[in-house]
Amino acid sequence: MKLYKLTINQAKEGLKKKEFSVKELVSSCLEQIKKLNPKLNAFITVCEKEALKEAEEKDKKIRNSQSVIRNLPLFGIPIAVKDLFCTKRIRTTAASKVLGNYIPVYDATVIRKLKEAGAIIIGKANCDAWAHGSSGENSDFGPTKNPFDESLVPGGSSSGSAVAVATGMSLAATGTDTGGSIRLPAAFCGVVGLKPTYGRVSRFGVIAMASSLDSIGHFTKNVEDSALILNITAGKDPYDATTPLLDVPKYLKNLKEKIKGIKIGVPKEYFIKGIVKEIEQQTLLAIKKLEKLGAKIVNISLPHTKYAVAVYYIIQPAEVSSNLARYDGIRYGFGREKFGAEAKRRIMLGTYTLSAGYYEAYYLKAMKVRTLIRKDFEEAFEKVQAIVTPVSPTLPFKLGEKTQNPLEMYLSDIFTIPANLAGLPGLSLPGGWVNNLPVGIQILGPQFSEELLFRIGHALEQQRKNEK
Amino acid sequence: MKKIQNPKHKIQNKSNPPAGGQNSKLSETEVEHIAKLARLKLTRGEVKIFCYQLSEVLDYMNVLNEVETKDVGPTAQVTGLENVFRKDEVFPSLEPQKALSCAPAREGNFFKTGVVLEK
Repeated sequence: MKLYKLTINQAKEGLKKKEFSVKELVSSCLEQIKKLNPKLNAFITVCEKEALKEAEEKDKKIRNSQSVIRNLPLFGIPIAVKDLFCTKRIRTTAASKVLGNYIPVYDATVIRKLKEAGAIIIGKANCDAWAHGSSGENSDFGPTKNPFDESLVPGGSSSGSAVAVATGMSLAATGTDTGGSIRLPAAFCGVVGLKPTYGRVSRFGVIAMASSLDSIGHFTKNVEDSALILNITAGKDPYDATTPLLDVPKYLKNLKEKIKGIKIGVPKEYFIKGIVKEIEQQTLLAIKKLEKLGAKIVNISLPHTKYAVAVYYIIQPAEVSSNLARYDGIRYGFGREKFGAEAKRRIMLGTYTLSAGYYEAYYLKAMKVRTLIRKDFEEAFEKVQAIVTPVSPTLPFKLGEKTQNPLEMYLSDIFTIPANLAGLPGLSLPGGWVNNLPVGIQILGPQFSEELLFRIGHALEQQRKNEK
Repeated sequence: MKKIQNPKHKIQNKSNPPAGGQNSKLSETEVEHIAKLARLKLTRGEVKIFCYQLSEVLDYMNVLNEVETKDVGPTAQVTGLENVFRKDEVFPSLEPQKALSCAPAREGNFFKTGVVLEK
């Protein structure tokens, strides 16, 4: 049995039944890393020794008491961590040379929670430096490659995390999504990616990109595993004031319930000229499947969608320029001369649009249009409970194709950005294939509606499986 | 702050229009000035490329002028939370040795920096 192919749930079952040990499970993923990472470059740091040691300790714990597997939801599960999350005693670079020597003395809240749940960190995943990018090519540690075709990008910025899960280098991975950085690579690599509601998961200890947009999520092989992980990561954190004191539902409880009667909106603004025809077809096919499952499909309109990228590329670099101002090489890391081209570009853009005389024309204007984009969704969610769209207008593109043209690269996120501006949750899941490449389907819902998104996603996933 | 409806005016008045690109709205002098504000050192080549690339992105943003926002309030955050406090209780924080563990230069329990204020 190839253990790296298991889902989290399957792996837990296997461990419970003593079909294999934690060490065997972790070793299987490490083997995949050894085999594939030299080509795909999904990891910046591999924690082989530490992960194996941790696995042995966990096996010992199982020998002492079987109940640990039942009590700890991720006991012995190898996970990859985007190199944007601070990990105690493990180098954390944000894929930038500025932090090439940074070793945090504390864990991000999410990392602490995952460890407490029993997860084993197998390595730190590659990404666009500071999470700036849609392709993974902005990493100062070299680009990550798409596992289906090494001449193509895996999507970014959480490139390595998506590739790690797609290839079994880990069973799950953490990611961050500021404008699509989880959903796009999930789509390009054929895995499930969740961007939770803004504030649902603590940002503490995750290197900040754009603080009003950053959302902390994860990659898994299926929707059930995604729900399982959100159960662990979601909730109030005294270290992040944007996490509300709101109950965390038991996301697995109603996962398998039917979706009959649920109203799903299809916004016309997401089926525009420029979208690859076959992607549109696959998305419509997925919508047909949902209809077959009893969902009620409603045509809706989100009229300000076309302004989302412009709004985002004012607000996000403004927040980036402020967040990256702290990197001065005095307390940790190297100096500002080590910033790569894209970080410099965004710092410059943000500094410009925030500067005297331009603030109102750019930043204030963008904040106002952001209100209108939020209102679009608010009005839509009076008519429907969720919205289904494609994740990306294109298939994975060639490495190097868009690196010289930042604007074209920015437009890759045209369908994912609106959810960040409105703070909504979005689930990206495999919806079909075109030219042997995966196509992603995006399900959006009102704030804190993750439970429903998982239910719809799970129903679609099962339907696809049954039709195979 | 003086309200400038159209930032183009300010730029068009510059005596030094950017060499090369017709679309380019940012001059090299402006790019250099922004870099200085952001504490970034750019090479000549970078200044030239950023002139073009940043102008192209700023051009794209003009699409927002189509949108009427006279009676629309700004969105700065989406949580609706305000003034989140915690109890004013003392609890252990990072020990100095740990906090200093990544510092490139230190003296005792302090970070060491270059001179900021001169006599």
